[in-house]
Amino acid sequence: MNPGRCAACRYLRRRCAEDCILSPYFPYNDPQRFVSVHKIHGASNVTKLLQQLPTHLRAKAADSLYFEAQCRVEDPVYGCVGLIFLLQQQIHSAESELAKTQAEIAVLKSQAQHTQAQPFEAESDVNNLLQEQLDNIANVSFSNQASSGFIN
Amino acid sequence: MRGHEPRSSSSCAACKLLKRRCSSNCIFAPYFRSDESKKFAKVHKVFGASNVSKILIEVPEEQREETVNSLAYEAEVRLRDPVYGCIGAIALLQTKMIELQHDLALARARLARYAATSSVVSDNDGASMGPFGDFPAACGGFIDSFSQNISSEVNQDAHMYDFSQIPYI
Repeated sequence: MNPGRCAACRYLRRRCAEDCILSPYFPYNDPQRFVSVHKIHGASNVTKLLQQLPTHLRAKAADSLYFEAQCRVEDPVYGCVGLIFLLQQQIHSAESELAKTQAEIAVLKSQAQHTQAQPFEAESDVNNLLQEQLDNIANVSFSNQASSGFIN
Repeated sequence: MRGHEPRSSSSCAACKLLKRRCSSNCIFAPYFRSDESKKFAKVHKVFGASNVSKILIEVPEEQREETVNSLAYEAEVRLRDPVYGCIGAIALLQTKMIELQHDLALARARLARYAATSSVVSDNDGASMGPFGDFPAACGGFIDSFSQNISSEVNQDAHMYDFSQIPYI
């Protein structure tokens, strides 16, 4: 057995060429990584996908393929799409909670502003009441004079 | 000269693409109608017909349609983003969730200040929302490190992830 073979070539029982495209991303010491990816995507598809990418992006692509394969192995029905669902639901809940909290803040803020305005309104009411009473007193005096024949 | 095999008009999209006879118990037929050639082509390109067949055989029959839908979505996203696939979408959503949690924490703190000022007891139960809930434990650390590395990159391509296109939403 050639100890220099990558995990992919070992699994596929083939010679691992020096320029094997899978070798950098499926090292011999992590055989499970390739097994997962091969089970879900297939070595041929992975090879074609990596070949169409620039070299500096292939590691990230291999990692994301491995993650998706793992998710699909754990959840054959939804795979990583299940995570997208879960996150969307959590985001929706958080947005609702945020809207509710902001509404509560608006109510309390409005109440606080109203409370601050109240002392001035009370003073104004007292002044109006005093003026009204003074006016009443003046009217009574005038009508008394009228009834006494002062105004003809 | 090889005899020309008559094409059945009732062949499913999978058998049409694979150029084989579509049997009455073809596992693909219920989920890849003859007019859904593009759908199967994408799934085949990303997963391979053989792997899809094995996955469908593994799941209960009543869940096969959901399985095909999720495979089709995953394939679509992978073809649009060959580097990150669905992981890019997950990273974007995770970033958004973190921002929302931050905004929510600020809002709750502000509400608590107003409540203290107005002596109104808030109904806030103080429940904190974890980032993922039932996130598979095996993948949690991976996605966190992934997000840190790719969130700035995928944000520029956010338009690629059209979540409204998930068939079953």
